[in-house]
Amino acid sequence: MDNKKIIIKMKPEVREKVIEICNNFNNNPGELINVLHQTQDFLGYLPAEVQELIAERLHMPTAKVYGVVSFYAFFTMTPKGKYPVSVCMGTACYVRGGEKILDAFKKELGVEVGETDAKGIFSLTSLRCVGACGLAPVCLVDGKVYGRLAPAMVKDIVKEYRDKE
Amino acid sequence: MDMIKLTIDNREVEVPKGTTILKAAQGMGIDIPTLCHFELNNLGVHNRPGGCRICVVEVAGRRNLAPACVTECMPDMVVRTNSMRVINARRTVLELILSDHPADCLQCAKNGNCELQDLAVRFGIRKNPFIGPEHSQSSYQIEVSPSIIRDMNKCVMCRRCETMCNEMQTVGALSAIERGFPAVVSTAFNQHLDHSPCTFCGQCVAVCPVGALTEVDHTGAVLRAIVDPNKKTVVQVAPAVRVAIGEEFGMEPGTIATGKLTAALKALGFDYVFDTDWSADLTIMEEGTELIGRLTKYLGGDKSVPLPILTSCCPAWVNFFEHQFPEMRDLPSTAKSPQQMFGAIAKSYFAEKIGIKREDMISVSVMPCLAKKYEVGRDEFKVNGNPDVDYSISTRELARLIKMANIDFKSLPDAEFDSPLGQSTGAAVIFGTTGGVIEAAVRTAYEVITKKPLPKIDFEELRGLEGVRSATIDVDGLKLNIGIAHGLKNARKLLEDIKAGKCQFHAIEIMACPGGCIDGAGQPLHHGNADIIKARWEAIYRADREMPIRKSHENPSIQAIYKEFLGEPCGHKSHELLHTHYFDRQTTVEVDLNK
Repeated sequence: MDNKKIIIKMKPEVREKVIEICNNFNNNPGELINVLHQTQDFLGYLPAEVQELIAERLHMPTAKVYGVVSFYAFFTMTPKGKYPVSVCMGTACYVRGGEKILDAFKKELGVEVGETDAKGIFSLTSLRCVGACGLAPVCLVDGKVYGRLAPAMVKDIVKEYRDKE
Repeated sequence: MDMIKLTIDNREVEVPKGTTILKAAQGMGIDIPTLCHFELNNLGVHNRPGGCRICVVEVAGRRNLAPACVTECMPDMVVRTNSMRVINARRTVLELILSDHPADCLQCAKNGNCELQDLAVRFGIRKNPFIGPEHSQSSYQIEVSPSIIRDMNKCVMCRRCETMCNEMQTVGALSAIERGFPAVVSTAFNQHLDHSPCTFCGQCVAVCPVGALTEVDHTGAVLRAIVDPNKKTVVQVAPAVRVAIGEEFGMEPGTIATGKLTAALKALGFDYVFDTDWSADLTIMEEGTELIGRLTKYLGGDKSVPLPILTSCCPAWVNFFEHQFPEMRDLPSTAKSPQQMFGAIAKSYFAEKIGIKREDMISVSVMPCLAKKYEVGRDEFKVNGNPDVDYSISTRELARLIKMANIDFKSLPDAEFDSPLGQSTGAAVIFGTTGGVIEAAVRTAYEVITKKPLPKIDFEELRGLEGVRSATIDVDGLKLNIGIAHGLKNARKLLEDIKAGKCQFHAIEIMACPGGCIDGAGQPLHHGNADIIKARWEAIYRADREMPIRKSHENPSIQAIYKEFLGEPCGHKSHELLHTHYFDRQTTVEVDLNK
């Protein structure tokens, strides 16, 4: 008989931390979004088993947790790379060719937006405005801002991080 | 109560504070179209997301149109429900909904019974200016489970199903997921229903306004079995079907159509037309004996006896406790449901009697239920892979078969069920509604325990449509505490009380659907008209009163099968054929420490 047991493939310390986050919000289902934010801050992403655990702790259906995770673009179920790349698609960056920068990263890294490369080194996302519109178009790599970009510069930026590996 | 005066369509009206514009207008006989809005008031079901905007009205002084279903009446409000601005807006809303909806109505399971189609007719939609280029509509894979087909391309995001699954049933299988075009109601991680806590109660299907959620259709397979010269077909009909099927043929809700139903099944060509009521009586013999057995042991001082005993007739309820309360699975009676008892007897005792092998018999059930479709496929109800019941079809599917076969249902002369699995009692027919199974059990238990005839057959205290009910029955000095719940939200309450040790009941009856089987997900669609459910409920008790025998243990055909074949209730043969066991199906979170 199919028991549908889900074995959580997560380290005990991860489990402890997620439980602690839920406890900090009194396991209140109304705090789901805050719980998800803190969990993603800590883990980098929200895998299915973590959502199961959060649902159990907050006494709500897993489907509802997944509903929220899949609704907001900020939440992700894919682990981020070691160096997350975010290309700004805010208005200023967009009109100055942000999309071409994004395309250059897609080509250089061989991933689509929202994906992580096979080795887990780079992940690619787009975001809306980092408050550096004067430098448009900009991107962030591992928290560092690169401004006044042109598609041709993307190769060198990626190389800078590849060389670290 | 605070009253509010307002004007709707130039007419003054006074309504209690808190009334929505929709309710107020309905009270005045003004028909405002709705789509997502859904209510079954006396059963506590409400879906009011205010999302579809078909019901918009004009409120004087407001810049935007207001959705009537969620806007409360205010003093001196002036409302127009039929201005050109309103009509135009509704039409645009409808065109936008239809722009992301397939137009294959001819082949849709809901063709002719679809609320979106009705609106398209009402607004005379012909050419839709919002239809984009090809493949611009949302696209999801059709998913087929044992009971339910999910064709989410047809979903209009009314979210009625989500309300039923989460609020009425507290099953939590469904939620809205994603956003924009990919937005849809689905399961956690978009998994197959089989891998969710879904109980297959089908209440989502019962309220779906469109063809997004429909039942798995076995009418074709049943027809093929009927015409196959090498197969003998045996059909059983559940109690709740007889008080609802007439609706499909324009008869008044609450018409008892047992005779015509039997005649129609014979006209369709089934070789043997039998009655699930017969096996309901058998269920009472088994379940009642089990109840008396557990009680006697308990009163004799054995406190380890699992009590309260819970009924086990409802397959969605069985799925519910297997998923959500597996640690309590020793409490339910081990008696199979009447459908499965019937199947087991049909393919053993009866097949032997008419001299055929079980493989040459096709056993069909007509049920008010979609979970029954799942139940027939459970491995424990098969012998060498051959199921005790081959196909379970819903009341709606049977109506389709009857229409397909050109049978004029209303003018059929009444017919009788065949013998020997067709004779039944009033106790069996009340299985079709909440409180009925336990009342039937009490009628028999009382007489078996006291060896005295019941002073009064009707246990009014067990009847009603409140979600949770309780009563204490005086069985000649022994106080029997009975609990009843219908709707899984209410079942959950009782189960949590048991878990917390706060439960004083000896026996509890649970049915998954609100109202019990009369409002099962396989019944003719009521489109939110709770009066229909009430009418079926009354008809069930009327059918009981009209039966010459009203206690299961007095059914001569049941007495005969114990004498001839089964021996004693809960005896060796009974255990082999009529009892089952339950599984832990919980989706549990476990830590794998090796990782």
